[in-house]
Amino acid sequence: MSENRPEIKKKKREPLSDRRKFILNMARGVGLVTMGGFVWSAYVDEVTASTLLLRPPGAIKEKDFLKTCIKCGLCALACPYDTLLLAKPGDNKPLGTPYFIPRDIPCYMCPDIPCVPVCPTGALDETSVTTDGVLDINIADMGLAIVDDESCIAFWGIQCDACYRACPLLGEAITIEYEKNARTGKHAFMKPIVHSDACTGCGLCERACVTEKPAIFVLPRETAMGKAGDYYIKGWDKEDEKRLENAGEIKTTTEISKQSAMDSLNSGMEDLY
Amino acid sequence: MSLSRREFLKSSAAASAAAAIGMSVPSELEAAASEAEGGWRWDKAACRFCGTGCGIMMATKNGKIVAVKGDPAAPVNRGLNCIKGYFNAKIMYGADRLTQPLLRVDSNGNFDKKGKFAPVSWERAFDEMEVNIKKALKESGPEGVGVFASGQYTVMEGYAAQKMMKGGFRSNAIDPNARHCMASAVVGFYQTFGVDEPSGCYDDIELTDTVVAWGSNMAEMHPILWSRVTDRKLSDPDRVKVISIQTYTHRTSDLADTEIIFSPNTDTALWNYVAREIVYNNPESIDWDFIKKHIIFAAGPVNIGYGMRRKGEKSLKDGKYSAKEMEIIDKEMKTTVSAKEAPALEPYGYKEGDTMKHTPGTLGHWEISFEEYKKSLAPYTLDYTAKIVKGDPDESIESFKAKLQELADLYIEKDRKVVSFWTMGMNQHTRGTWCNTLSYNVHFLLNKQAKPGNGAFSLTGQPSACGTAREVGTFTHRLPADMMVKNPKHRKIVENKWNVPEGTLNGVGKQHIMAIHRGIEDGLVKFAWVNVCNPYQDSASATHWIKAAREMDNFIVTSDGYPGISAKVSDLILPSAMMYEKWGAYGNAERRTQHWRQQVIPVGDAMSDTWQWVELSKRFTVKDVWGSYAPSGPRKKALPSVIDKAIAMGYTEDTTMFDILFANDTAKSYKLDQNDPIQKGYDNSECYGDSRNVVGSDGKVFEGYGFFIHKYLFEEYAAFTRGHGHDLAPFDVYHKVRGLKWPVVDGKETQWRFNAKYDPYAAKATKESGNSHAFYGTLAKALQHGSLMGKDKASKKTGLKNKAKIFARPYMDPPEMPDAEYPMWLSTGRVLEHWHSGTMTMRVPELYRAVPEALCYMHPQDAKEKDLKQGALCWVESRRGKVKARVETRGRNRPSRGLAYVPWFDEKVFINKVCLDATCPMSKQTDFKKCAVKIYKA
Repeated sequence: MSENRPEIKKKKREPLSDRRKFILNMARGVGLVTMGGFVWSAYVDEVTASTLLLRPPGAIKEKDFLKTCIKCGLCALACPYDTLLLAKPGDNKPLGTPYFIPRDIPCYMCPDIPCVPVCPTGALDETSVTTDGVLDINIADMGLAIVDDESCIAFWGIQCDACYRACPLLGEAITIEYEKNARTGKHAFMKPIVHSDACTGCGLCERACVTEKPAIFVLPRETAMGKAGDYYIKGWDKEDEKRLENAGEIKTTTEISKQSAMDSLNSGMEDLY
Repeated sequence: MSLSRREFLKSSAAASAAAAIGMSVPSELEAAASEAEGGWRWDKAACRFCGTGCGIMMATKNGKIVAVKGDPAAPVNRGLNCIKGYFNAKIMYGADRLTQPLLRVDSNGNFDKKGKFAPVSWERAFDEMEVNIKKALKESGPEGVGVFASGQYTVMEGYAAQKMMKGGFRSNAIDPNARHCMASAVVGFYQTFGVDEPSGCYDDIELTDTVVAWGSNMAEMHPILWSRVTDRKLSDPDRVKVISIQTYTHRTSDLADTEIIFSPNTDTALWNYVAREIVYNNPESIDWDFIKKHIIFAAGPVNIGYGMRRKGEKSLKDGKYSAKEMEIIDKEMKTTVSAKEAPALEPYGYKEGDTMKHTPGTLGHWEISFEEYKKSLAPYTLDYTAKIVKGDPDESIESFKAKLQELADLYIEKDRKVVSFWTMGMNQHTRGTWCNTLSYNVHFLLNKQAKPGNGAFSLTGQPSACGTAREVGTFTHRLPADMMVKNPKHRKIVENKWNVPEGTLNGVGKQHIMAIHRGIEDGLVKFAWVNVCNPYQDSASATHWIKAAREMDNFIVTSDGYPGISAKVSDLILPSAMMYEKWGAYGNAERRTQHWRQQVIPVGDAMSDTWQWVELSKRFTVKDVWGSYAPSGPRKKALPSVIDKAIAMGYTEDTTMFDILFANDTAKSYKLDQNDPIQKGYDNSECYGDSRNVVGSDGKVFEGYGFFIHKYLFEEYAAFTRGHGHDLAPFDVYHKVRGLKWPVVDGKETQWRFNAKYDPYAAKATKESGNSHAFYGTLAKALQHGSLMGKDKASKKTGLKNKAKIFARPYMDPPEMPDAEYPMWLSTGRVLEHWHSGTMTMRVPELYRAVPEALCYMHPQDAKEKDLKQGALCWVESRRGKVKARVETRGRNRPSRGLAYVPWFDEKVFINKVCLDATCPMSKQTDFKKCAVKIYKA
């Protein structure tokens, strides 16, 4: 049952935690940057950030990624599954940058992550997929799987869980929630639940999904997730205290409060009587 | 079908009125209403896939199946399905569906074994079959004509095949793929109860407190039943316990309170341990009143071999087996008792290092005392059991012992109901029959068998392994309704019913499925016909059988919907109608028989297997098949001619088998009638022909038999079952209900067999004694006496009417175990997404995409030591062959160190080239779960 899920110790690491390393990598890659920049400069006007693209493991934040990636294609070359594509003119994607479409070919989460160390510029940041000095694909963050529970046939009661069985982090990134099926009176629903702390966005679930258009699909985490404000902390969850670190000065303005108190007090009374 | 306006108004009014008051509408009327409204028709059917037997509804539009839904009225699944069932509408329309007969020919169009396939007419196809069957009969007698039959036959086509093979050709060389999946369960039933098939039913799930899955990945292989187990667990999570006993971790363990990982083959020790806990440490838990009234104790020989080839067989003499293969095959003749098995064999008179000389498996057994049985359990102390059974080298012995104790405690706990479920793990086992009987031992000792919520329950793999293969009896040794080929009385009953001369039926039924393969390799079987199965992919030591088919002088025919491996290695391929393109019936694991109507006309020139058998019967006359035959193969006596008797019965030498077996007067009395609500508006390609105007076996457009052949075949078969504890309801009834669990007596189905409260046959048998149960099976119900060491040859037979048996049976090693050169165990099996060899499901794009290839699941540590990367290709190699597969160290299947799992659905990862064709020597079922391999970088 889902509460038996092992506690996920490997927290997603914020990419670019070490800004100095980033700068260093930039410098290291400068030779290639020059060349790559030359080759791709003709298409530079097509280059716009996309909030829907899935990047290789270790990709830094999209805005920085676009600045850092020199479109050399080494990551795509290193991928043994031909997962990674390079955006071509007309794809309407930032040209030459690597991305993948999990419904076609997902990321198979190679433990040695061959696509990352070959990156000459740090656009794919090795430290973000390294634990204790060892490459660790399980902490990669390419995106997050989302379940559309209206089209997911497991939510109808069909015994599917193809996504669960396809998940390389089965039992961690996707668990099954069991629930009685009151309609039949003797069967149980087995509903897939994605856990954002463990999901790497590899897309093996999206690939395996048996519905016509996948009922589980991967979006970049930024696009997929909401965010609760840091000004409310769950009183029942000690872990949640951590968010206080980000909490800061609160200042609010609404339509009703945008004027100063003096101005609003001194404004006319005609609406009141 | 057309509805008049008046009928339309009537039916839609009835449907809406019924819906308004929440009443259920008869399915015919409901279907008619939907068609009139939406241009489609809904009609009930059963799912094509596993033995669970879910009810579905098919939607047809413009002559094609367009959609499927779970049947909300079906008691098994209440409208739900698993993902294979979800795709029932898509299985028939693959781009490479076989649509015409194909024959290997040379450039002149003549048959050529080395030629390429080219389309031929049905007439030509039957010409070739006729010639080659006649040649086989001449060269090898009836034993030379073989059929690879199926647990996926409809009841009617299995019966037609059985009739033509056994009644027409006098050949018992017909055996189903169900041999590979259910035979050990069957022999277990026969040995224990004297009759086949389970005492309980699926309702046990809702009534039990404990579900123990023994070597069964129910979560993937019986998903709808597993969802019922899950529901039961959710209903009372503290009370209800789920124990998963497996050789590697898989989906079924997810729900389990406790998972026991055991070393392959040691489940026999585990069952004996539980029995020992009962007998030695908790004797008060034995229900002696029940035992004395209902049970006797029995034993049989243990040196029965491993069902492999034996010394002296032709292909061994001809050197067709390599020295490496012979290392294992030699164990068929003798083994050295190992340290591991020695304590278990000690009560039977063996010690470590002894040579055990094996004789071929025997079903023989004799009665022993309870004290003798108790002696057989002595070795299975917690220490010994834990030592040999523990399957995960990384688990501590203390933790493992605690689990074993917990398992025994759950069985023993008074007032705790327990159901033990198993499928292939216990059946595909060189001691599979033993393991099945050991399960009943524990349930019997505690009086927890054949009662609501209590019982050992064998789940079936195939949709009609029970309904057709077992009940109709398409096994080499069986006749309909639990009758046996070997029994002259049974043969006579069948001969009478079939209107064939006394003595027609051949009394030697020993050509089980592996014997047919081996017979082809030995040159005995010259003609083989594959029906609704894929024996060239699904049999172990596959290379031998494929080589024999392709390179020897024989003629192999495959009837199939799609081009699988069996079609590819054949000489002739016949395009078969698939499930919903014909009338049919299946029987599931809980004895539930379910019928359906032909929903659509088959694609191309495909015709049903029933039609193919019946057309073939037109080619053979009395003089062609009923003459005398010299001894051949397993039959050591001549088979006398019955032609004179046939003539005396009013047949002539030239009467065809068609006229005798299929188009006789009884058959013709089953009329076609478009006013019959069962038939009205539905296609019937065999009986009317159909709009395709298929050119048939005589070169003319096939216009149908003119009588209702399916109903005839079903009713004739069902007559064997009625009055014998196996009673089926009338044909028409099954078209009105969602299946019925036999025996159906006075219109009522039976939930718990042998229990006097529920089973009218048991009630009748216990009328005088007042006993709670009657185990009324009749096979082997009089035994001589003896001890664990052997039978007392001078002893007299004692009858044991209405009693069941508890067997003393030890743990023994399988013939091939990991060693220095082949250090890993290999297990094979299935995945939820694919059905068997994947001929249907690998053609459904969604299922193909979900699981496009078979992976080699192994422990990350093993992979690391072999320098194998996740996702990299590796070789899996045994003494018999090797295949390449991708390494998978994560995900759904997680073996412990020392074991690899490779599913067998993928013809590109042809794992049966690697597997060993050792079988349970009693059931002849192959052990696909155990062989030794080395795995290395590809």
